[in-house]
Amino acid sequence: MSPPLLGVEGGGHVNAPLMSSSASVDCITQSGSGLKERNYLGLSDCSSVDSSAVSNMSEENKNNLNLKATELRLGLPGSRSPERDSDFTLLSSGKLDEKQLFPLLPSKDGICSLMQKSVISGNKRGFSDTVDGFSEIKSSVFTEGKWMFNATGSDSGTPQSVVEAKLAGNAGINVILSNNSSGSQPSMKKELPTRTLQEGHNKINGSNNNNSAPAAKAQVVGWPPIRSFRKNTLATTLKTNDEVDGKPVPGALFVKVSMDGAPYLRKVDLRTYSTYQELSSALEKMFMCFTIRQCGSQEAPGREMLGENKFKDLVHGSDYVLTFEDKDGDWMLVGDVPWEMFIESCKRLKIMKGSDAIGLAPRATEKPKNQN
Amino acid sequence: MHSFQSMLNYFPEEVLEHVFDFLTSHRDRNAVSLVCKSWYAVERFSREKVFVGNCYAISPERLIARFPRFRSLTLKGKPHFADFNLVPNDWGGYVQPWIESIVRGGVNLEELRLKRMLVSDESLELLATFFPNFKSLVLVSCEGFTTDGLAAIASNCRFLRELDLQENEVEDRRGQWLSCFPDSCTSLVSLNFTCLKGEVNLASLERLVARCRNLRSLRVNNAVPLDALQRILAQAPQLVDLGTGSFVHDPDTESYNKLETSMQKCTSITSLSGFLDVSARCLPAVYPICGQLTSLNLSYAPGIYSDELVKLICYCNRLERLLVLDTIGDKGLGVVASSCKELQELRVFLSDVYGIGNTAVTEEGLVAISAGCPKLNSILYFCQQMTNEALIMVAKNCPNFIRFRLCTLNPTVPDAITMQPLDEGFGAIVKSCKDLKRLSISGLLTDQVFLYIGRYAKQLEMLSIAFAGDSDKGMLCVLNGCKKLKKLEIRDCPFGNVALLADMGKYETMRSLWMSSCEVTFGACKTLARKMPRLNVEIINENDQIEASFDDKQKVEKMYLYRTLVGPRKDAPGFVWTL
Repeated sequence: MSPPLLGVEGGGHVNAPLMSSSASVDCITQSGSGLKERNYLGLSDCSSVDSSAVSNMSEENKNNLNLKATELRLGLPGSRSPERDSDFTLLSSGKLDEKQLFPLLPSKDGICSLMQKSVISGNKRGFSDTVDGFSEIKSSVFTEGKWMFNATGSDSGTPQSVVEAKLAGNAGINVILSNNSSGSQPSMKKELPTRTLQEGHNKINGSNNNNSAPAAKAQVVGWPPIRSFRKNTLATTLKTNDEVDGKPVPGALFVKVSMDGAPYLRKVDLRTYSTYQELSSALEKMFMCFTIRQCGSQEAPGREMLGENKFKDLVHGSDYVLTFEDKDGDWMLVGDVPWEMFIESCKRLKIMKGSDAIGLAPRATEKPKNQN
Repeated sequence: MHSFQSMLNYFPEEVLEHVFDFLTSHRDRNAVSLVCKSWYAVERFSREKVFVGNCYAISPERLIARFPRFRSLTLKGKPHFADFNLVPNDWGGYVQPWIESIVRGGVNLEELRLKRMLVSDESLELLATFFPNFKSLVLVSCEGFTTDGLAAIASNCRFLRELDLQENEVEDRRGQWLSCFPDSCTSLVSLNFTCLKGEVNLASLERLVARCRNLRSLRVNNAVPLDALQRILAQAPQLVDLGTGSFVHDPDTESYNKLETSMQKCTSITSLSGFLDVSARCLPAVYPICGQLTSLNLSYAPGIYSDELVKLICYCNRLERLLVLDTIGDKGLGVVASSCKELQELRVFLSDVYGIGNTAVTEEGLVAISAGCPKLNSILYFCQQMTNEALIMVAKNCPNFIRFRLCTLNPTVPDAITMQPLDEGFGAIVKSCKDLKRLSISGLLTDQVFLYIGRYAKQLEMLSIAFAGDSDKGMLCVLNGCKKLKKLEIRDCPFGNVALLADMGKYETMRSLWMSSCEVTFGACKTLARKMPRLNVEIINENDQIEASFDDKQKVEKMYLYRTLVGPRKDAPGFVWTL
């Protein structure tokens, strides 16, 4: 089995395990609240971190960013200044001059509004467009009264940068930087910036199907105004009804998973995964405790990274293979057929010792020795 | 005139009472009671249904004193913005003191309808114990109770007709509450437990349905599988309103075929909902009844996409009320427009509940609907973007809006084509829709839109504003112009003290005002509270630093004020300060 990637390929499915992070995710720190924002802007190669990585942020981060979201409100008319928010200080230390990020937005209002036009045109805009949109609008419409960019120093500047910082998490940074680098002036044309932004948007869209990470959005509390009951219900439903290539699929598809030597079996819902990698990482997580014990490993339970790698090595080193029993009752090696075909025919899964799997070839008709 | 007056005085009270019986609307009855003292007296003894829009505006004792013979009570608790997590859970709205007072007052309570209130199991037990004639319990967006409370209701209310639970947060105690309905209970007309998460005993449910021959409305929860639904339908073909449970099954089975047959026999079903867990492949089972549906709610089924939705909806030619998710898309809405000519109410919700990405619904869908459905009078529309042109066209096509609620994903998005604020679009709506009672606006909006609202929205009763306006002028236009305004809720707008204090008397004509993240200061709120003793001005401060640190010039995060006859409430938690 190939080593699993953390759902980065898979398009950011939220059900990919969150704990084991791939390297690319590290540039978004998992802990700490304000650090993320700074990192986005500092590392241009964070542009490789697409939104799917963001979607793998843990719950804690989501909450942190939700708090930050109060800053975002600054981008909008009439909202309070962020002095009250204790988290603000973290961000202000990462204060960024919005001009850096929006070189296309000189301070003059006139050009700002033109810039709006060029940037925000088009039909369906991705969220990054809209976030761009309203922070820019803010600059043009509200400079007269409430919005002072300079007023108390970091106050108004930072929220905008927070906006951008969160954009970065949405691959918005790609967009902004590329605008930068292409050296495009406040272009009066609608097409160019729109296209670039659209790319960003498509990228987001492509990788963020059921992205349940409000982190990427920089949420405003209570917006969009959806009743909590509805939010909770739909969120649960979305988890169980994953979509495969845009086609609706029926409910869950639970299959038993056994592992040689493990004292009990588990069940997984195959519909919550869309690639083999996701499935294998999920299974690793589930059965890791058994492998560690089996290896007589010295690793502390908390050191999951190490444990995982060891597991991966084990798997990679063919100590364990993942097999499945198909509709005909045959035991097959997992991974040969396309995923969709696999879930149609898989009845149960088994993690076998490599030695037992000798002789198990695709379409093998003889059953292996060990069966549960 | 004088002789007319004496003629009225000769009417025996029974006659007056009989006449008043025909007045069901509480507003009509309120008006009648203002005519003269004798009418007031007759009306108050004959009033059976009481509506209290804000549970803190009056005390239960005073209510019972005025209407000693009431049998039905409707109570509302938390402000509307509590739905969106803007109000802490324990802000208030407890029904317990009400029930206790009603018990003490010897009222023969038969019906209780609560919205956004905190209901405990103890409250439900009191209901079940002390009101032998209790018939109807409707709980909407409430919380604080468990299935144990429901068990008490089921066990003891011998004449229960209606148990309707809508979108409540209920803790499931796995006590088989449904099985608590005694075998002698045959009176149920309406049972809705969609919002419950846990399992119910299916056999009990089937038996209950079988013996309640008057059952008209049944909405089950997700734990009720499709084959159970089939057996239920077989027993209750007289149903008028059905909410499905889990609608997932292999369509190639006998169970499913049986369902199709049973469904076909349900010729009275006009309202269909549920589908929290649904497979598109099972939807064809409901095709036979689509032609008779007047109400369809698919807004909890994110897995059904536009094509499937359209296949279903194109058969629903009599539809008057449709609730869907934005997965329907503009194209799907086009099909709705051409198929559902009787449509009066449409709600398009976000499937992406965090509002992160895109939604497939734009102004085009709205325009299509308005063009195809001339009877449209109520809309809730979440969309990606909007244009003035579209709104103007909608206003022209549908001048009959009573409720118009628009929500753009980005709260300050301008006109998608012209980049202008959406003032003109909403202006057209209020100008054209003379009967508009409820309005929610969204998008980039300046003071201009409020000028329009103040000038034209003369029947407006409820207005929701977020991230809009430039100055106090906006709020002032609304307060001055909207004479019938009852509820105003504002968040994140640059409205401040000048607007708040300009016409303090206005708030006594309204039920409530909510302002959060605006420019209103503590000092202004204090002034208002001081000058208007019949208002409760509450400051909600979740950081718990109420007393000491509040400086008059400090801006208030959340303010909720409402008129009341009973002064500051005694159950306010620590973070709520009534000034």
